[in-house]
Amino acid sequence: MIISKKDIPGFLDKLISEYQVFAPVQEGSFTLFKPISSGTNADLTAANTKLPAKEIFFPQSEKLFSYNATEEGVKVEEVLDEQKKVIFGVRPCDARSLVLLDNVFDNDKFQDPYYLTKRANTIMIGIGCNTPLSTCFCTSVNGSPFDTKGLDLLLVDIGDAYVVEVVSDKGKSLAEQAGLAAATDADKAAAAKIKETATITCQVNTDGLKEKLDTNFYWPIWDRIHEKCLGCGACTYLCPTCHCFDIVDDAKDCNGCRVRNWDSCAFPIFTLHGSGHNPRTSNKERYRQRIMHKFKYFVDNFNEIACVGCGRCINNCPVNLDIRAVLEDVRGSEARLDS
Amino acid sequence: MKNPYLPLPMKLVKNFTETEDKLIHTFTLQFLSEEDEKSFPYMPGQFAELCVFGKGEAPFGMASSPTEPGFLKFSIAKVGVVSTALHMMEEGNMVGVRGPLGNYYPVDELKGKNVVIIGGGFAFTTLRSLATYMLQPEHRGDYGDITVIYGARNPGLLLYKEELAAWEQNPNINLVTTIDSAVDGWNGRVGFIPSVTEEVAPSSENTYAIVCGPPVMIKFTMPVLEKLGFPDERIIMSLENRMKCGIGMCGRCNVGGKYVCKDGPVFTKAQLNELPGEY
Repeated sequence: MIISKKDIPGFLDKLISEYQVFAPVQEGSFTLFKPISSGTNADLTAANTKLPAKEIFFPQSEKLFSYNATEEGVKVEEVLDEQKKVIFGVRPCDARSLVLLDNVFDNDKFQDPYYLTKRANTIMIGIGCNTPLSTCFCTSVNGSPFDTKGLDLLLVDIGDAYVVEVVSDKGKSLAEQAGLAAATDADKAAAAKIKETATITCQVNTDGLKEKLDTNFYWPIWDRIHEKCLGCGACTYLCPTCHCFDIVDDAKDCNGCRVRNWDSCAFPIFTLHGSGHNPRTSNKERYRQRIMHKFKYFVDNFNEIACVGCGRCINNCPVNLDIRAVLEDVRGSEARLDS
Repeated sequence: MKNPYLPLPMKLVKNFTETEDKLIHTFTLQFLSEEDEKSFPYMPGQFAELCVFGKGEAPFGMASSPTEPGFLKFSIAKVGVVSTALHMMEEGNMVGVRGPLGNYYPVDELKGKNVVIIGGGFAFTTLRSLATYMLQPEHRGDYGDITVIYGARNPGLLLYKEELAAWEQNPNINLVTTIDSAVDGWNGRVGFIPSVTEEVAPSSENTYAIVCGPPVMIKFTMPVLEKLGFPDERIIMSLENRMKCGIGMCGRCNVGGKYVCKDGPVFTKAQLNELPGEY
């Protein structure tokens, strides 16, 4: 199927009448996913949004329930967002990150109803990356610029139109409902050509990385690798696969609500015990945890690397600590100092 | 989909000052209905997130045993916002409980075995749950000798004093209590847990050791158990790490790839040997 670029605002306006529609929206010097009220608000020109699409399903701050406690009892009211949503213009890396996060929020023992309800009620319309950034390394972590994982529809920009690839049944019925025209063979060929020419220039060699991490927890590499890191946590807040959170009460006396907020393994109090003991005493342990979690523990538990190569942590680190260089360093690490 | 974040309201029926320094209270919470109680089927070693509405929630191991129906017991030290608020609560107040969470002591695997329970200080809570469970007449026959070695800095800091006194008289259990340094009127042993363990522990043959206590006690007790011939598969420990969600999602209590809240808190030493020492 195909949709002309000039028809996009109209297409979105139709969706807005039925769904809550999120799309990248210009915010100063960057774009963010926001609910849009008009199809003309969507901005598909930027390579990627400042914050990942994850925040739609797992917001930075989210009310879990409200309560009213008295001597007689406690009234608890669950707050579930069951609104039907469409995410328009999500990049393949962000879409794939949600497939990874599904493992966490729907684990072997528990289901998180807040995240999973939103996931079940959302249609994901992705847009492939014709010109990936120099910091994009999705192909090194099992993704690609036109990966369809986690998507219902994938748009391929062929100039003045998008070729629409149907990925799921949900996507198919949405595209049919919208009455999209069939793509001609020439359009399809153009899309195939674009896909071929879009290249990720940056490759991170992850061969043997997991095996190294299986054995190098106590190696001296970690004494040095974290030195540049300020522990600001920016990378964790911008990461599409980071999922750590805190739970707090926002209340006056016994009336209030329980809220969960993003948290970060980069912060010392994240693991601080009531006794004062802290299993991750210094930045070294905390930085190691971040790398281990993404490239070893997640792989052990779910057979997937918890990184989609979006490059946000590289672009936004205040001290230019580049995860690609870190991984390369870890991969080459030795059991003893090579001084 | 069951929402694991929603607390079950429970009524505080007893706020008891457990220790001489007044820093540990034991809270008895009553279920509001039989249906509520049925929704909370737990085992010794499991924990729950206890919340004071308006203050927040924190994880605590159940000190009561499932063989004691109608209520839950928690012994809690006053250290943070939630525990301080709990200490100040009055009988009749409402609190929230969500759980049961985590795994539990392997009560089935322990069948037919001797069990030595080794506890230090305030970590005795879930061990009390386990001992109470095994001592229940219905269960007692399932287990061999039960030995409890329990130490505190001084007699005033021992938990469950009345119960300990009853266990002293109970032929079904061999209780050894110890304090760090001698005081007048103390009839038990004097000395640290590791050396007392070395003296009084039963043979490691067909025996499991269940150990819970402060890190320094664990550190010095492990070599003793090894010397006594306990294999790592038969040394069982309960870990504590800072937790929030209790359901393996919020990311902070992991030791290697395992979450203490979801995959623990009970691990064998053999299992812990495979993990980094981040606890």
